[in-house]
Amino acid sequence: MNVELVHIHKSFGAVHANNDISLSIKSGVIQGILGENGAGKSTLMKVLSGFIQADTGQILLDGKAVRIHTPSDAIKHGIGMLHQDPLDFPPMKIVDNMLIGHEGGLFPNRRQVSNSLTELQSQFGFNLDPEAYVDSLTVGERQQLEILRLLWLGARVLILDEPTTGISASQKEKLFETLKKLAEQGMVIIFVSHKLEDVEGLCHKIAVFRQGCLVGETVPPYNTDSLVELMFGKVVSLDEKTQLEGSEPVVEITNLSIDDNRIQIRGVNLTINCGEVIGLAGMEGSGQRQFLRTLAGLIRSVGGELRLSGKRMTGKPYHSFQTAGISYVPASRLEEGLIPGLSVTEHFILSEDQSGFFIDREKAVTICRDRIKTFNIKGEPVTRVEALSGGNQQRALLAMLRTPLRLLLLEHPTRGLDIESSIWIWSQLKDRCKQKTCIVFISADLEEVLHYSDRILVFYNGKVSQPLDAAATTVDQLGQLIGGKGF
Amino acid sequence: MLNKTSPVYKFGFQILAIVGALIFTTVVMLLAKAPPLEAYRLIVIGSVGSVGKISDVIVAWIPLLLATSGLLLTFAAGLWNIGIEGQITLGAIFTTLALRLLQDSALSPALIIIIGFLSGILGGMIWASLTGLLKIYGGVNEIFGGLGLNFVATALTIWLIFGPWKRPGVGSMSGTVPFDNLLWLPQVEGLRMSWWSLGIGLIGIVVVFLILQGTYFGLRLKAVGKNGRAAFIIGIPTGKYMMSAFFICGAFAGLAGATQVLAVYHRLIPSISSGYGFLGLMVAMLINYQALWAAPVALFFAALNIGSIQLPIVLKLDSTLSGVLQGALVLFVLMMDGVRRRLTAKKVN
Repeated sequence: MNVELVHIHKSFGAVHANNDISLSIKSGVIQGILGENGAGKSTLMKVLSGFIQADTGQILLDGKAVRIHTPSDAIKHGIGMLHQDPLDFPPMKIVDNMLIGHEGGLFPNRRQVSNSLTELQSQFGFNLDPEAYVDSLTVGERQQLEILRLLWLGARVLILDEPTTGISASQKEKLFETLKKLAEQGMVIIFVSHKLEDVEGLCHKIAVFRQGCLVGETVPPYNTDSLVELMFGKVVSLDEKTQLEGSEPVVEITNLSIDDNRIQIRGVNLTINCGEVIGLAGMEGSGQRQFLRTLAGLIRSVGGELRLSGKRMTGKPYHSFQTAGISYVPASRLEEGLIPGLSVTEHFILSEDQSGFFIDREKAVTICRDRIKTFNIKGEPVTRVEALSGGNQQRALLAMLRTPLRLLLLEHPTRGLDIESSIWIWSQLKDRCKQKTCIVFISADLEEVLHYSDRILVFYNGKVSQPLDAAATTVDQLGQLIGGKGF
Repeated sequence: MLNKTSPVYKFGFQILAIVGALIFTTVVMLLAKAPPLEAYRLIVIGSVGSVGKISDVIVAWIPLLLATSGLLLTFAAGLWNIGIEGQITLGAIFTTLALRLLQDSALSPALIIIIGFLSGILGGMIWASLTGLLKIYGGVNEIFGGLGLNFVATALTIWLIFGPWKRPGVGSMSGTVPFDNLLWLPQVEGLRMSWWSLGIGLIGIVVVFLILQGTYFGLRLKAVGKNGRAAFIIGIPTGKYMMSAFFICGAFAGLAGATQVLAVYHRLIPSISSGYGFLGLMVAMLINYQALWAAPVALFFAALNIGSIQLPIVLKLDSTLSGVLQGALVLFVLMMDGVRRRLTAKKVN
């Protein structure tokens, strides 16, 4: 089946997630979709698989326009999507997982399903027991199950979203083999990934996305450097970098190990000096978030030690981290940072120390007006935080931080903000550094990482690079490391 | 064109909801072949037709107001304290226990009554803390925990009435032996209401209003309820605050139970909570968790309850008709609110 996407547009509020995307994929082709987080890959795939609808644009299958409103519409048209986190039902048997989503009588014929499953399996050399429960499978096996299920439902187009995350090397090999076999049978495979190596090794064609646009399509032989450049764009120069002299170690991390969901981080060593900025780069889900949250005291490490100004913090509750002068600013502002339904003033009251039993509202409003002015927040003291724009929410979060701080941890501090807001936010952060606060931040924006960090750690699949000197690193080098090359 | 976010617009939808609930109830009555207008008239007369009726409404209002007050705090913390029925019951049991232990002692009746109240508060708090502990440390949803504990509380009451605390001779559904008049909360001459319990009810709602409006505690409670994750990251110990909400709500429920024993029934009866806990949940939902409206709406609900008492006698209608109207009101108000939101949301898009 030939798949054509024609002039697809999709916006979420102010974010133009898919900006006029046109892509055509011929039968039997393994199409790679490459791009950093937020580039619009997943949005396009969700449009194709019926999870969301495009604002405008058309989907053509074998030249015929089709309307896909739900995932079940998609599978009726032969489009099946394999999600990054398997969408299966762990407490149920494999055979029952196959039956879910299958149309058919009141009483399903389990034996028949089980037989056709065995038949399908033999084609690809999979070995799943139809009577086994899904929660006893590995991530790789669950992926195999999902592929079999989609094929059994009649999928002719298979979309795979970051399928190589969390599976073993041998499972990956088997997956690639399977995908190649399916392509030979005339299926369309769409392979979404940020791993350069995987995409280069598997795909017949690569489309690169950046900031909602399709910025380029290439065919083998691939040139890694040009792919990296397509993914991250050209370097734009920002304002002058201020180097801060300070050598007093504030944070000492020795042999830190973290276990969280599918990410395992082993033996990180790092010393952060007074006023230093450390940037954490890597694709989302590579472990940098777990690392940052461990520094915040939100995740307990499974090994190693964390010291703040010589004081051992390992194993202490989050509250102790806060009182020691560590602050954490999460990326999802309205989910983890702010409290929708409460006003800006109320947020400032919450972030302050309690004085007395009753709140002095008048004083609180005065303080709030003051901060609104200092932090240039466009809103009133009574404005509810959810009514603020993203940039102003970020400003409010910064305005809530205590002074002084020893260590400030930020997740995507400027994500979704315009250049002006970003620069302003960094000027505030740099002021913090002058007041001897260390900063560790995550960003998907490589220029931001390179420009504002003193040193950089790159994360790839739980592996952590040696600290890189930001001044001596280029976007290309960083891009390659992020794509998993050079570890 | 009317501004869709204005209070007038919102109010209009609430009026629509009330009209809808009335129409619904009327249809129910027509289906039951009962004269709706006559039924409504009887409800009005039955609730405000005489001083005695008004006093009865107030007697029903107090426990309902206390229950609603407590629930406003658990709702603020994002908790569905369905278990409030059991907490009221345990309050009544603890009060009865205290009175039974002390009624033959040399203590002054006033002191015994005060101890009765405190004991009731303690009972409600203990029962609420069980739900809280199950929720926070056991991962049991408070709705399930509360529901289970409600059944346990009912069983406990029945066992006490027919077992250890049974009347001389044989136990009866009419409850334990009534206490001596001296242990009754002083009532208004010739009426069933007591100024004391009315005072407790009113102070209760004022306290809750102040907690939610003006204190750090109340604001943090709301933060926990609106976004527990962010509240935790900001530095609020969310478990502690949820537990406090349960404790305080339990105290209010226990107080309601104590009032039922000390001011209304003067003994333990099988359904001592009289459903005021569940009714309180409805009131809290109906007023959209705004403490300011708790007193009038609870009063209205109490009036409906008392007003419908006559229906079975005069119209051979079951008195649960008030429940139909109350339930319909809540459902219609919530539904119209949903409709309004949808309409406003479309406007934004």
